[in-house]
Amino acid sequence: MAAEPSIDALGQFRLAPALGMVGGSVNFTTANEMMVLGAVLVLALLYYGMKPKAVVPGRLQAMAEMSYQFIYNMCVDQIGHEGKGFFPFIFTLFFFVLMCNLLGLFPYFFTYTSHIAITAALAIMVIVLVTGVALATHGMKFFTYFFPDGAPKLLAPLIIPVEIISYLSRPVSLSIRLFANMVAGHVMFEVFASFMFMLVGALGAFGYIAAVGPLAINVILVGFELLVAFLQAYVFAILTCIYLHDAVHLH
Amino acid sequence: MDVAAAKALGAGIAVIALAGVGIGIGNIFSALVSSVARNPSARDQVFGLGILGFALTEAVALFALLIAFLILFA
Repeated sequence: MAAEPSIDALGQFRLAPALGMVGGSVNFTTANEMMVLGAVLVLALLYYGMKPKAVVPGRLQAMAEMSYQFIYNMCVDQIGHEGKGFFPFIFTLFFFVLMCNLLGLFPYFFTYTSHIAITAALAIMVIVLVTGVALATHGMKFFTYFFPDGAPKLLAPLIIPVEIISYLSRPVSLSIRLFANMVAGHVMFEVFASFMFMLVGALGAFGYIAAVGPLAINVILVGFELLVAFLQAYVFAILTCIYLHDAVHLH
Repeated sequence: MDVAAAKALGAGIAVIALAGVGIGIGNIFSALVSSVARNPSARDQVFGLGILGFALTEAVALFALLIAFLILFA
């Protein structure tokens, strides 16, 4: 086993200080760099997209309007009338995650959602908000959420722990889903890219021809990862909407 | 059995979970296709639900895959 070249699949997720000496001294890492870049890109899209204020939108304006409309519809469809109040939060969340997922697909760019610390922070923020909203809207009645109406009283010792566990596992599944998707996708890139070097190393000149196979798979994977990047941001946002719906309407 | 062989076996066993995920995703899309075939006008609403179900099911596959990666590389 030692003779074969080993695949350092997780090395790409190691954090490195950015911006030279200054960044190193304040712990400004590549992850922070990407976060700032993602935020700037979203703000630039909205600012320059909405600047012309044309009745017939151009390309950039159409994109800004479509993204606005997309999230707005999602909020209103999922949460209901109250969803309008949560629109800015969902919009920010969706685009923060989406930008990161998309930026991470560029070579040499760092995917910050591939760190559980960041996805867990987002998920905990969501769950604290959801619980806060539920407590603010319903007060102590919120705790009836853990025991649905009409369920037999005899089943209470069974239902209540199960409901509490499912409520508490929400941030866990929310954060791990996003993080696992990103990690698995990037590890797959790394593994197939390593196969190319292994083939060249093992077969010599013929290896260069054989290496076209893994390269083609990687090209297809990039397309698939583009879909996953969007899908995971969508799922993160829509699950937040569903949780907020539960918080506002209690079942 | 040396550690490297055990790791490879463990990673292989960890991804058995993907069988269930395959069945699940197949179910989701077969239901999606048949519901769109029955009522094409409901496509927009049903499609979103189908994609959501797909993403939730795919997450299970990724949990298994992640465990396999952890066994292999970490």
